[in-house]
Amino acid sequence: MLNRQQAPDFKQVSTINFIQPEKKVLDNGVPVYTIYSGEQDLVRIEFIFDNVNWKLEKPLQAIAVSALINNGTNKLSAKEIAEKIDFYGAFFQTEYVQDQSSVTLYTLNKHLHSVLPIVKDVLSESQFPQHELDIYIQNQKQKLQVNLKKNDILSRKEFAHALFGDTAYGVNIQAEHYDALKREDLLDYFKAAYTPNNCTIVVSGKFDEAGFNLLNDFFGRDWEKSNAVKNSFSFTASDRKVVYTEKPDALQSAIRIGQFAINRKHEDFCGLQILNTILGGYFGSRLMNNIREDKGYTYGIGSGISSLQQAGYLFIATEVGADVCSAALTEIYKEIELLKNEPVDTAELDLVKNYMLGSMLGSLENVFSHADKFKNIYFSGLDYDYYTKYIEKVKTITAEELLALANKYLTTENFTEVVIGKK
Amino acid sequence: MIKQFSNSTIRLYLSLMVDFNRFTLANGLKVLVHEDATTPMAVLNILYDVGARDEDPEKTGFAHLFEHLMFGGSVNIPSYDEPLQRVGGENNAFTSNDITNYYITLPAENIETAFWLESDRMLSLAFSEKSLETQRNVVSEEFKQRYLNQPYGDVWLKLRPLAYKKHSYRWATIGKELSHIENATMDDVKSFFKKHYTPQNAILVVGGNVKTADVKKLAQKWFEPIPAGEKYNRNLVQEEPQTEARKETVKANVPLNAIYMAFKMPGRLSQDYYAFDLLSDILSRGQSSRLYNSLLKEQQLFSDINAYISSSLDPGLFIVEGKLVEGVTIETAEKAIWAELEKIKTELVSEAELTKVKNKVESVLVFSEMSLLDKAMNLAYYELLGDAAILNRETEEFLKVEAEDIKRISNETFNQKSSSTLYYLIEENA
Repeated sequence: MLNRQQAPDFKQVSTINFIQPEKKVLDNGVPVYTIYSGEQDLVRIEFIFDNVNWKLEKPLQAIAVSALINNGTNKLSAKEIAEKIDFYGAFFQTEYVQDQSSVTLYTLNKHLHSVLPIVKDVLSESQFPQHELDIYIQNQKQKLQVNLKKNDILSRKEFAHALFGDTAYGVNIQAEHYDALKREDLLDYFKAAYTPNNCTIVVSGKFDEAGFNLLNDFFGRDWEKSNAVKNSFSFTASDRKVVYTEKPDALQSAIRIGQFAINRKHEDFCGLQILNTILGGYFGSRLMNNIREDKGYTYGIGSGISSLQQAGYLFIATEVGADVCSAALTEIYKEIELLKNEPVDTAELDLVKNYMLGSMLGSLENVFSHADKFKNIYFSGLDYDYYTKYIEKVKTITAEELLALANKYLTTENFTEVVIGKK
Repeated sequence: MIKQFSNSTIRLYLSLMVDFNRFTLANGLKVLVHEDATTPMAVLNILYDVGARDEDPEKTGFAHLFEHLMFGGSVNIPSYDEPLQRVGGENNAFTSNDITNYYITLPAENIETAFWLESDRMLSLAFSEKSLETQRNVVSEEFKQRYLNQPYGDVWLKLRPLAYKKHSYRWATIGKELSHIENATMDDVKSFFKKHYTPQNAILVVGGNVKTADVKKLAQKWFEPIPAGEKYNRNLVQEEPQTEARKETVKANVPLNAIYMAFKMPGRLSQDYYAFDLLSDILSRGQSSRLYNSLLKEQQLFSDINAYISSSLDPGLFIVEGKLVEGVTIETAEKAIWAELEKIKTELVSEAELTKVKNKVESVLVFSEMSLLDKAMNLAYYELLGDAAILNRETEEFLKVEAEDIKRISNETFNQKSSSTLYYLIEENA
């Protein structure tokens, strides 16, 4: 007779294999890290550039360059670039994040030789035509207007600004910043940042000798260098700030609270990630259990730790019914106090350990995910030891260690608190 | 529409070659297995053939609310999430107008836990009052977060009843109104479960580092003892052909004027589906597309412009939507969209343009093979369409589409009399 009350036997994940990259260097010194997998005939090539030459009076320089880089070169118009990329079924993406800007090409191997010249053209000869910039400014200002009606987005902006002030991490972008964009500033930034001496290439997929030689032909020469200064910020833990923007018509309030923490380079980072998981890092977390599954105040609540190159922070974010906003805040702080005062019991800790190991295993779904894992450590100046230690820490951490971490890092008296909506 | 929203959107990707084995249990449950030894993980995906289209017009949003309740404990297992997390697994689910889909990913060696959990809740739920009360609140907050407390968030709550008058696609999966969710009772929950959550109405797909023989044993052990239940025979009121243009104007506290146009198109099983998919790509996929270049870049009438299809099983919608540049009148904007639609009705698309969108489809197919979960979901969905093997013939079907097909379907579709247009305008006093 089948006993449905009895859970089947299971095993904790024992080994997790990481595909490590092979390093090669282009003729001009650009490092190329390749994570190889031959399962599909495709490849992803990421050109990654540090953000440089930060100027507060021009906060959108790097962002606009990233958005407009494929909008015209000496040879090709914006439309021609897009048509060529699309014709070969390739994908060209640009991304700006706090520390880096990247240009990513996804293509089937059979079209690599056809699309690489277009990428080279874009990366070395982008022109930022004035009429494209004008359209960008007009449309971005419109998008900003829509975003400023979203409480969740407002809370992110206010929170980042409260923590990081007028730096690339925290500047609060307004419409006038778009109006102030000048084509010359974009060209200057492009020439300073999108250069071989500021570039790291990460390739993932089926990429062999011939592919590398092709890459070297296009990007290993005829690409101008520059002297740019990598952005550098220093932050001192600031006082607790409280931001409340009242929205009389709000049905829900967006809450975002948190403080400075550590980044991936710090030895406590793995432990803090475990603590974060317990607090609000997975579906069964304490915040979800209490505020969604018990009280029904929200559709979702979560916490996270963000590791930037020059800072780290932790945060808790949710959108809750406007009428229960204060009650939700009280419950959030109550959960934090519990973590600081009572050791996590064995059943919960074992569950979280197993969950995190399974989650790590599952996050290595394909060759792209392996490349992402590499970037996490490489750009923090770490090596694969980090993952060995991470797995070891997840397996062995004790309730006492978590208690100590909670008291060290969850100092709510320093929490910045942002609420957009109604209290 | 989903248990927990995340940024990784769930799309019904197509794929090139996904091998599978298939068998049916004595109680009617269809089981498909996709063996993939390159991953240490496994996926268990279960699709129930029930969506918002199967709801009572007075109790809308119920299929989705029910999806939430499926996580509130089952007859022998008080908590669904906890035992799964304990073995290193994760889960989520989503509800659409057509289907409800649940999935688990976990280390392959712990796959039996997924069978245990998933089969128990197919056997019977715990029907806990506390869970019903909580999930009513959670879904109400979801309603607010995603539909009411966002600029333009309620567009589909307005557009669906404009485009559909008879068919149950006239309401969104979240439901017509908050009160329908707030009023849901335990009796409703029980009868919905009995009617739709039976082995005969489900398709189970197991993928990843598993062997078909082992999956078969586990399926027989955990799922086969579940009573077959009664077969649900769908008999939906179908939409009558639309004969006149429909228009509606909404004013709200939004920063920009917007326009939404919906045209009737055939359902997912129509042979023309592939041509419609390519048509939407020609008009709106990426920065080389027609609407982007003509309306956003050249004429600068829109700051945002998109065209897409609803891909529903019953006859669906072809949508064109855009946000207007400040100072542009809604009439000018609408006329400009029509001009583009007229163009594609009268001039054949070039071979180059058609090849471009076909190449893009091919790429998407190859890239989609990289996700085990996508493969498992696709197998379940295509099995629902009639045969999972259709999945592996998709590329051919796209390649068959010719320029004349694009012109023909454009003429059949882009007509005033079958259009439903929603003006979403700035409320001046807001």
